[in-house]
Amino acid sequence: MKRLIKNGRVVDPASGTDETLDILLEGPSIADVDKKIAAKGAEILDAAGLVVAPGFIDMHVHLREPGYERKETIATGLAAALAGGFTGVCCMPNTDPVNDCASVTRYILERARASSPVAVYPIGAVTRGSAGEELAPYSELREAGVRAISDDGHPVKKSSVMRRALEYAGSLGLLVIDHCEDPDLAEGGVMHEGEVSVRLGLKGIPAEAESIPVLRDIALSALTGRPVHIAHASTRQSVEAIRAAKKRKIRVTAEATPHHFTLTHEAVASFDTRTKMNPPLRPREDVDAVIAGLADGTLDVIATDHAPHTYEEKLQEYDRAPNGIIGLQTAVPLALDRLVRTGRVSLARIVDAFSSAPARILGLENKGAIRVGADADLTLLNLRKEFCFREADVLSLSRNSPYFGMKLKGAVAGVFIAGEKVL
Amino acid sequence: MQMHQKDLVGIESLSAQEITLILDTADKMAEVSRRPLKKVPALRGKMVVNLFFENSTRTRSSFEIAEKRLSADTLNFSASTSSLQKGESLVDTVLNLERMQPDCYVMRHGSPGACQLIRPFTKAVLINAGDGAHEHPTQALLDAHTIRQKKGGFRGLEVLIAGDIAHSRVVRSNIFLLTKMGAKVTLCGPATMLPPHLDSLGVRVTSDFDRALEGKDVVMMLRIQLERQRKGLFPSLLEYYKYFGLTEERLKRADKDVIVMHPGPINRGVEMASEVADGPYSVILDQVENGVSVRMAILYLLLGGGDDEASH
Repeated sequence: MKRLIKNGRVVDPASGTDETLDILLEGPSIADVDKKIAAKGAEILDAAGLVVAPGFIDMHVHLREPGYERKETIATGLAAALAGGFTGVCCMPNTDPVNDCASVTRYILERARASSPVAVYPIGAVTRGSAGEELAPYSELREAGVRAISDDGHPVKKSSVMRRALEYAGSLGLLVIDHCEDPDLAEGGVMHEGEVSVRLGLKGIPAEAESIPVLRDIALSALTGRPVHIAHASTRQSVEAIRAAKKRKIRVTAEATPHHFTLTHEAVASFDTRTKMNPPLRPREDVDAVIAGLADGTLDVIATDHAPHTYEEKLQEYDRAPNGIIGLQTAVPLALDRLVRTGRVSLARIVDAFSSAPARILGLENKGAIRVGADADLTLLNLRKEFCFREADVLSLSRNSPYFGMKLKGAVAGVFIAGEKVL
Repeated sequence: MQMHQKDLVGIESLSAQEITLILDTADKMAEVSRRPLKKVPALRGKMVVNLFFENSTRTRSSFEIAEKRLSADTLNFSASTSSLQKGESLVDTVLNLERMQPDCYVMRHGSPGACQLIRPFTKAVLINAGDGAHEHPTQALLDAHTIRQKKGGFRGLEVLIAGDIAHSRVVRSNIFLLTKMGAKVTLCGPATMLPPHLDSLGVRVTSDFDRALEGKDVVMMLRIQLERQRKGLFPSLLEYYKYFGLTEERLKRADKDVIVMHPGPINRGVEMASEVADGPYSVILDQVENGVSVRMAILYLLLGGGDDEASH
């Protein structure tokens, strides 16, 4: 089966392309990329007026299955991912049981294949049970399909354990992803420590609770020579530390979430628990630093930290409610409206942050690029289309989004996975 | 003149006019408490639920007396945090009580923002009796009432609030109220009990108690909770008293007509010497008495007790 995508504005960060081109898909791969391709018998899709980008990959998603199927299932999470324009997602290991062995990894992959064309890249645990002590069986995890490991949400406290994880996992080609949070400094905190927390009487988490482990991880990456990926960097200090480390050629990469570049800690004043996340919403100065970090590539990736929680879990006192919001269906419109339309980040950089950068960091060789022979995973964007997210549009099992009713310009216009038009 | 909002959730959203209205009304209410028959029919037939999720003898009793003096029917609902953990959520508790047709909830809760959480689920008037370390508006109003009684007003008044600023449930409401009314507020305590960014609230911040006391018209001492020492926030109670305890000698640095306040319960010999607590400058027990008048005023104003019925 041949498909010809004609007249699209092809933005391929991997090759620096940004021009009107045709793309010929043959089977699951890209067969040709050129001006005015003529292909007999091909199904033709006119993409005039649309941006055609490599398939978007979300490096930070909580699919909640196994164990928390009331919050989300692999099937519902992947339905939301597809609607949000993603052709692949990494799912975090804080399920029940924790994804710290091959049988859990295989279960996730089987469920994913049975329910959606969206690719799932399971992230394994750094330590057994994410308890922060013994290393998880990395070889077994890698053979089962794991490409990266993280104790997301239960960050590795002991620097010695982090060092060994970088050494051992790094030698196997596994990427270590760290949720940077100093648990002592952050203890009891439920929002950013600043002018808003002091007014609301909510216990604050200082920015340093994030930047101290960021600096530690950078130092350990330099010590071991192994790559480390900083999850959801949210402060100016973190961005500056990562920028300085990259200048010194330390193998650090990082991601930013849409909520950290669109909302500030002022939103917490409503006591709406959909403003409660970890890391917390930060002041304007930090939001600006995150945006600058995305613009200059210090923060390589945009990842959602999609974190479904049930209605009743979020309908609690602010200091009791769980952290996190859903984000798969709003990430791309938020980036297009708040970063591209405003001119703060180039379209090419945003496409890179959603596609080529995660593919490169995860070592997915045939993804994240529009070239002959690459996998035919594509995300199509309409920069002029108005997007308004309503509660009825939610495909996740959970509806904990702070973005309902917000009018955004820029939307996902289509998705191809392995040559098939799936959205 | 009337209240512009249905509820009293915090001082932050009150106007100076509303604050003055409450204090003026409290002046009238004080008279009721001095009658031989301490009761007016203003809230006859109204039901007030005292919804206390944290222990509070003082605030709860004060509210209950205020409610009874206005002839309201009261229900005391005490739920410890542990019974909450057994299952029922705060919202479910309110949804159940709602069907008993209450006219007002007076709520004390350990979590900041608890009032904002339940507000969409009730038609009744909501009065915040303290939500964690956020607001405790009736305490600030009774403090203000006491200050106005003794000092005649607020403009230009130098007020010092000293002690455990970080964990206090009364300090924020007091800051919002006093700065709104034109007083100058200084906060003092060990640096570990002064959260960063306090200056953004329009106050001065210091850890030098002796200097902070100089020329002050009002000194408000806060309770030190003994567990704070175990958490490493200060080295010892003795050291605390030495540097932050209010003694007669220290008090000489303040204005000669200073008043000394405390929201209670006091720790004698920790944040304050007995000679000060019981001394001529202390208005601590006036605060307790004024608590009833102020709470009567708030209940009366928010529950719409009719036209001047209280004075009949």
